Amino acid sequence: MYEGIVQELIDELGRLPGIGPKSAQRIAFHILQTETFDVRRLAEVLLEVREKVRFCTICGNVSEQETCSICRDPRRSHTTICVVEEAKDVVAIERTREFRGLYHVLGGAISPIDGIGPDDLRIRELMQRLGDGTVTEVIIATDPNLEGEATATYLTRLLVQPNLRVSRLASGLPVGGDLEYADEVTLGRAFEGRRTVEA
Amino acid sequence: MPLYRDEAVVLRTHKLGEADRIVTMLSRQHGKIRAVAKGVRRTASKFGARLEPFMVADVQLYEGRSLDIITQAESLASYGADISADYGCYTAASAMVETADKITDDDGSLQQYLLLVGALRSLARREHGPSVTLDSYLLRSLSIAGWAPSFVDCAVTGEPGPHTYFVPQLGGVVADSVAPPGAARLDPATVSLLGALLSGDWTTVDTASDLSRNQASGVVAAYTQFHLERGLRSLQHVDRRA
Ligand SMILES: [Zn+2]
Repeated sequence: MYEGIVQELIDELGRLPGIGPKSAQRIAFHILQTETFDVRRLAEVLLEVREKVRFCTICGNVSEQETCSICRDPRRSHTTICVVEEAKDVVAIERTREFRGLYHVLGGAISPIDGIGPDDLRIRELMQRLGDGTVTEVIIATDPNLEGEATATYLTRLLVQPNLRVSRLASGLPVGGDLEYADEVTLGRAFEGRRTVEA
Repeated sequence: MPLYRDEAVVLRTHKLGEADRIVTMLSRQHGKIRAVAKGVRRTASKFGARLEPFMVADVQLYEGRSLDIITQAESLASYGADISADYGCYTAASAMVETADKITDDDGSLQQYLLLVGALRSLARREHGPSVTLDSYLLRSLSIAGWAPSFVDCAVTGEPGPHTYFVPQLGGVVADSVAPPGAARLDPATVSLLGALLSGDWTTVDTASDLSRNQASGVVAAYTQFHLERGLRSLQHVDRRA
């Protein structure tokens, strides 16, 4: 235990995801001891991000405006929607440069044991986007793990409608992992080799 | 015993740090184990999908200071893919592993282990509907834990049945003379279905009417929620349509 404010800093850092007590202590002392470290800038960015960034009202991606830059981009195809669990998956797929359509961020995967059912995800919003018939293909790119597969199963059953192709990323993707950890080549290949699924 | 080995079924996982997971397992001999699988979320992990819920694996671990560390995992049965390919099976299996997690303590139980593995296998093979498979599992799991319900003789007086008043708090069906005001009266066919679910009489279960199945599911849910403290989160998400 350190005195007062130093311990408070360590505690706050330790509450961030992926940061254990040891890392929290290391970061705290880096901030304290490194003269070139711009603390003011970090504090400003943290405040700014909280004030400015929201979620796109169409796709749920992070955005500084009402809608995100992808949804606003007229060069992108409005006939294909790629469904992902988290906004960070959008970044992973954008890196592959394989996909020129739009996204839909669910906000997680169906996990009954964590109390997360279909109504807790942005599934109703997805169905609304499909209402006017513009979209002709939905690519389900949930994580290649148990919850991601089960969510894909649920969506596949729900999305049965005329003139809509539903596809799932190719099974060449290693199973058990998080989509964000897939390298660009593998993820790009998974896009090209996506297969149509039937309920 | 710094290094040990056992067969285990994965109940649930939690993300830990950048790419690790804490894996909660019910093992054959070492009770319930919570252990760290390092790097498991990276797509190149040696563990692959072997440490996901519903998987049965031969695991090797070494004892850590707070949590044990998984060093090896060989798959014995991978029910995950077959279960997640059917939404009803997935939600039923989720309720099963949550029950196993809540009902067993660190000592675990070989009977609970065998019951759970058998039920997951049955779901993966589509032997019976997911809803009745879950209901049968719940009744048997509670029975092993010491809360066997009575569906024939009165749970209070022992008076021979059949009886049709069901009261979770009293431990099953009760004679009319001791039924408290407002107790639910079940259809006689539902009572016999409940008995069949408990004993594993699948011929009776598979020929039961939808009405009896729905009524029985309600009874099993009420009985489960009464016995498990704080209840099951996954039970409300079970897809009973199949
Ligand atoms: Zn958007």
